[in-house]
Amino acid sequence: MSGITPEVRAAHWAKTRSLTFTVLFLWFVFSFGVHWFANELNTITFIGFPLGFYMAAQGSLIAFVVIIFWLAHAQNKIDEEFGVAESE
Amino acid sequence: MKSTFIDNLPKIYGIYTGGFLVFIALMAILEQYGVSSETIGVLFVAFTIFIYAGIGWLSRTMQVDAYYVAGRQVPAVFNGMATAADWMSGASFVAMAGGIYFGGHGYLAFVVGWTGGYILVASLMAPFLRKFGCYTVPDYIGTRYGGNLARLMAVIVLAVASFTYVTAQINATGTIAARALSIPFEVGVWFGLLGILLCSMLGGMRAVTWTQVAQYIVLIIAYIVPVVWMSNKQGFGMFPHLEYGAAVARVSELETLHQVGVLTAPAQGGLPALKTLHSVAADTVMAKWKFATLVLCMMAGTASLPHILMRYFTTPSVRDARKSVAWSLLFIFMLYFTAPALATFTKLQLLDPNLATGIIGKSFADASALEWVRKWSEVKMVAMVDLNADGILQINEFFMRGDIVVLATPEIAGLPYVVSGLVAAGGMAAAMSTADGLLLAIANALSHDLYYKMIDPTADTKKRLIVARILLFGIAAAGAFVASLKLTSILGAVAWAFDFACSGLFFPLVLGIWWKRANRPGALAGMFFGFFSGAAYLYAIRWGGMDMWFGIDHLRFGIIGMPVSLVSMIVVSLMTKEPDAETQAMVDEMRIPTGETVLSATH
Repeated sequence: MSGITPEVRAAHWAKTRSLTFTVLFLWFVFSFGVHWFANELNTITFIGFPLGFYMAAQGSLIAFVVIIFWLAHAQNKIDEEFGVAESE
Repeated sequence: MKSTFIDNLPKIYGIYTGGFLVFIALMAILEQYGVSSETIGVLFVAFTIFIYAGIGWLSRTMQVDAYYVAGRQVPAVFNGMATAADWMSGASFVAMAGGIYFGGHGYLAFVVGWTGGYILVASLMAPFLRKFGCYTVPDYIGTRYGGNLARLMAVIVLAVASFTYVTAQINATGTIAARALSIPFEVGVWFGLLGILLCSMLGGMRAVTWTQVAQYIVLIIAYIVPVVWMSNKQGFGMFPHLEYGAAVARVSELETLHQVGVLTAPAQGGLPALKTLHSVAADTVMAKWKFATLVLCMMAGTASLPHILMRYFTTPSVRDARKSVAWSLLFIFMLYFTAPALATFTKLQLLDPNLATGIIGKSFADASALEWVRKWSEVKMVAMVDLNADGILQINEFFMRGDIVVLATPEIAGLPYVVSGLVAAGGMAAAMSTADGLLLAIANALSHDLYYKMIDPTADTKKRLIVARILLFGIAAAGAFVASLKLTSILGAVAWAFDFACSGLFFPLVLGIWWKRANRPGALAGMFFGFFSGAAYLYAIRWGGMDMWFGIDHLRFGIIGMPVSLVSMIVVSLMTKEPDAETQAMVDEMRIPTGETVLSATH
């Protein structure tokens, strides 16, 4: 199809995959990890909130927003590195 | 002409937002001059629906790619806003804060699940599906796995999940329209439907996109204004999100004072009393498991619901699709991190005896004299019963429907009526925008995948688009009919949609991109067994009298469907022949952003 060699495709995909695994690991921590220990975290006070409540009401959400913008940026860099990004 | 419209979007929506603010100010002035609250409510709802219908009319089209994917030219930020409106349903807007009010920490699983799912959308799905170039989700399943059977199965899962969801939305528009316009619920449902159809019939995805952006602006203003206002009134400042920690602490003190969780009472006329502590997380492994399973079902459901995935087919590029998911989450986050603050402030208003609005601990005579209590008692959404006959209102003697926390909060806090009108318009926008997206997802799947791809592949453009509109109308009417039967509460049905979607579609979608070896029999098995095992489990525990397994209730039946789907898909794929070279090359093409889309631009 296009002039991209199988080697470049494989290398691009390997990097994409490892970025995805990193993102999914962080996703797992903020989706499940912290809330499993909500009761323990509630003994800590963070800017006036019990931390366990805070993470579910706000903290995890902020983490998700940061992770997702970072992912968009990092994946774009990978695409550019292997010359497979779309031209503007 | 088109490109100048796209370039001018910030200006157009800037003027629109300004105009809306002027309208709010005008309503506030009218209220000062003694215009009745009913009139203001009607004006708010009618004016905003009129604007949406106008946008729908201006966006009418007879082009296939404009109808199905808005011409693939929606900029990332605006698509983010449209997705946010598409996403935040009547349930998010109307029911979420009420859910937190009654459910405390446990209910926050919805808040976490409905935001974190976007990470799965961005990392596993959206950019690859955009590269694929499909019009609908079954279009992708049908092409990737090949064969009409796979396409049909995807259409069935999509239709069941989305239809479950859309009845809840039409229900919500009916509830709000009925209250704002003072008409019976059954009439309100059909009135809401009319508004929904005006936005989508003529222009398909293009019209829905531009009305959803407009609806997002209305709903986010309507959600945040009352919270900031209340926060200011109670001395928590202009940025309540950062400072309501003190309110959470105060609520905990009041919970001890009023013996929340100690005094209990059975529900009165379907209305619950508050008995769950606000910020305390349950300590048992079962409670943790329930939190985690609900989060997982909602997240995987997010990444499988076609009305969300198809929004990312409308961006100009793969890069924009990815960015657009990020913007979507940011816009959604704006509402979701406000909801717990709203629930906290409302609870404080009701519980704190030092505030003029606090009613718990007051005498029955004083509490029933309040205007909002009288008004909402009339429609049977608030009830007070003096169980211990001491004349004082205790926490277990005050009953309220969760859904009204958002709608009644401005009245509870004693804000001017203009705020209530604004909130009604916001709730209407939230329910309408989601209903539009869902109806379009179903109608497009039926018209493109079932009619054009399977029944009549020679149909010309005009015929295809007429069929699409007839289907849209028929499905909308069916949805309104089912909604008018009032089968389940708003939220029950919404969670079911997520569970149906993740049971049947999550793994076939993900593995189609991430596992080249996935083939047609595997995908068929995954969709079929996942969907039907989930549905069978739901039936068994809800109507069949079976005991729940491991506390998996009807909100989380995806926990049964998903593993069944995954295992059957892998086993069957490995037992059958690997996909041909052409399909494998197709997967390779999906994985890189450059080059032509896998399916041609008009197909």
